[in-house]
Amino acid sequence: MNLTRRSMLKNAGLMGATAMAAPTLWIKDAMAADPWIKKGGKIKVGILFSQSGDLAVIENDSNQVAQYAIDEINANGGVAGMQVEPVIVDAKSDIKVYSEKISQLILRDKVISTFGGYTSASRRAVAPIVMARDHLFYYPTCYEGRECTQNIINTGPLANQHSFDLIPFMVKNFGKKVYLIGSNYIWPKESNKNAKVWLEKVGGEVVGEDYVPLGSSEFAPIFNKVRQAKPDFIFSTVVGDSDIAMHKQFIEEGFKSEKLPIAALTTGEIEVRAMGAAAGAGHFLSAPYFQTLDTPTNHRFVENYLKSKYGGGGVTHYNMEETYLSIYVWKAGVEAALKKTGNIEEITPRMIRDVSAGIVIDDNISPEGKVWIDPDNFNIWLKPKIGQCQANGQFKIVQSAAEHVAPNPMSIYPERGVCKADGLHSPDGKIEKNVL
Amino acid sequence: MSVNFFWKAFELYPFLNALFIGLSLASIWFIAAIGLAIIYGTMGVVNMAHGEFIMVGAYTTYVLQSLLGINFFICLPLVFIIVGLFGWGVERTIIRSLYKRPLDTLLATWGISLVLVQAVRLIFGTSPLYVSVPNWLNFQIDFSFLHLSGLRLLIIIIAMGLFFATWFLINRTSWGMRIRAVMQDKEMASCFGINTDHVYGLTFAYGAGLAGAAGGLFGALKTLFPDMGSGYIVEAFLVVVVGGIGLLGTVFSATALGELNSVFSYFTNDTFARFVLFTLVVVFLRFRPQGILTDGLKRR
Repeated sequence: MNLTRRSMLKNAGLMGATAMAAPTLWIKDAMAADPWIKKGGKIKVGILFSQSGDLAVIENDSNQVAQYAIDEINANGGVAGMQVEPVIVDAKSDIKVYSEKISQLILRDKVISTFGGYTSASRRAVAPIVMARDHLFYYPTCYEGRECTQNIINTGPLANQHSFDLIPFMVKNFGKKVYLIGSNYIWPKESNKNAKVWLEKVGGEVVGEDYVPLGSSEFAPIFNKVRQAKPDFIFSTVVGDSDIAMHKQFIEEGFKSEKLPIAALTTGEIEVRAMGAAAGAGHFLSAPYFQTLDTPTNHRFVENYLKSKYGGGGVTHYNMEETYLSIYVWKAGVEAALKKTGNIEEITPRMIRDVSAGIVIDDNISPEGKVWIDPDNFNIWLKPKIGQCQANGQFKIVQSAAEHVAPNPMSIYPERGVCKADGLHSPDGKIEKNVL
Repeated sequence: MSVNFFWKAFELYPFLNALFIGLSLASIWFIAAIGLAIIYGTMGVVNMAHGEFIMVGAYTTYVLQSLLGINFFICLPLVFIIVGLFGWGVERTIIRSLYKRPLDTLLATWGISLVLVQAVRLIFGTSPLYVSVPNWLNFQIDFSFLHLSGLRLLIIIIAMGLFFATWFLINRTSWGMRIRAVMQDKEMASCFGINTDHVYGLTFAYGAGLAGAAGGLFGALKTLFPDMGSGYIVEAFLVVVVGGIGLLGTVFSATALGELNSVFSYFTNDTFARFVLFTLVVVFLRFRPQGILTDGLKRR
């Protein structure tokens, strides 16, 4: 073979061009030819929770309940006659791992949808990748809103569904002065903004506001300031291990829940189990679900879950219930998509999302009672409830909303526009897709 | 809403309380750091598994207390002995063969820390646990303005106790004299008939035991979970880096850092306090890389 410099260059150039062109062609082909769900196979879904690290206290149970829900669906004949196969990965409480693993789930494992996350930080790490791939992500817990994406379905309450009855309830029963304590990231800050809006409406007053780093467990400096500010109640958006440390040190510092109750958005059955019921008793929580909720569906859910192989933790929790719901919302979405196309191999993640508009999960499936997905912003309509923690670590429901409350991600940002199914409609008439 | 001011106005009594809390933070950091300082000072081994020794101590306390029903105050010395023995085993089997390769001890101890975290995770799961303290410790001392929580007072007292015990051990006993000799010059010390291997083994065990007892205390104050060590190791390293390797340096730096953190959290907020703290430490190290106090004992 006669190798000249010119032929070398030419060949190298040619090879380079082929190398650059080939993968794009190949990916397009693969996407077109390869259905997300193959007939005769199993439907793969991703389960992306932290089984280790400081968020594991919550996400570990989410992970368990997601698998429980899938087992339950499989035992009852699966989705559209097909079995569901969960691909379970550990996100290690690390933002980088979340974005790494979601790519892996979409590209390598080819899951049709992913369930996961507990903090807004993790949702926002996952969101850009999910949106770029036009994939589908279910975020099963409370969050602040302020987003309008076309690839995420949320089954937890938004900030506007949380504070609107909790803050007036606390002000009415305990007094006007509130001290805000939160973990230092986006959800607590946005929740506190929301809380302030409601405080203003009922004439409350913020006497202090503090944030601790995620994972921090030292609250003595903050409690010193709390003592000085003399609030009537504390509004807490502290998450994970910090929440547990805060309640323990609350007692060690000599505070009493009768005198200075903590109104929290996160301190549920799991947290109380971890801190000891004595540390949790007397405080308040706003959530759409409590283990003590007295409905036949919830009794069945609690009983079956606790005696299943996943129920070793001994409690159920609003976060777990929202995860459980998200899987049933997904199931209903797949079935609706199948009804629309008639061919299961044509279903794409985006199609499931689009047909999920307005999907209702009735009270024979949903432990918290009937809920439905908002057809515009794809958050959930629900009835917020307020519970007070009792000496046995369970909550007594002291107030329950009579009507379903609409989710409104832009409730305190009306100037940004209205979130619709096709994007954020800003006041000047522009439609912006995937607003984070 | 008047809280949007960044700087809080000065008020005497809460400020005095902040100073007390600073002392409490300092004692916690001191207890977390002292074992690390001793091991590093004597052996030159940077024990990356120190935080995990604290974690093992906390879980051991939990087991002794919850499963065997032993009183919290008896747990602490027991945990000191158990984790000390464990540390001794680690030194005998792993660290010992690596003294000539300090970089490898860094890797080895980090490896140990990973093994410990995973082992605890497998045995106890990831849910946080807690160590409960006797009820009478949940008291508060209320002078007209000063609020002291019983548990924090106890930790301050224990920190002082540990300091004096360690000081006595190093400066007033023959074992301490051997440690100081080995610290100054290992080869010469061994020429004079000191069994340096033995000294190293015991020092490592002592440092590990201190970490274990620290874990028992922290378990009572905070939360137990498999990754809890990583939080303490940062603070412990900070204290050792600022303080230098001596015992007094550790005390000084822990006090200074604890007070700085508390006072800045009082005037601004916790996040800003940390920012200030880390910045000051970096600036400080630029001008005094050997730490606040060095005993002049070191040959390294």
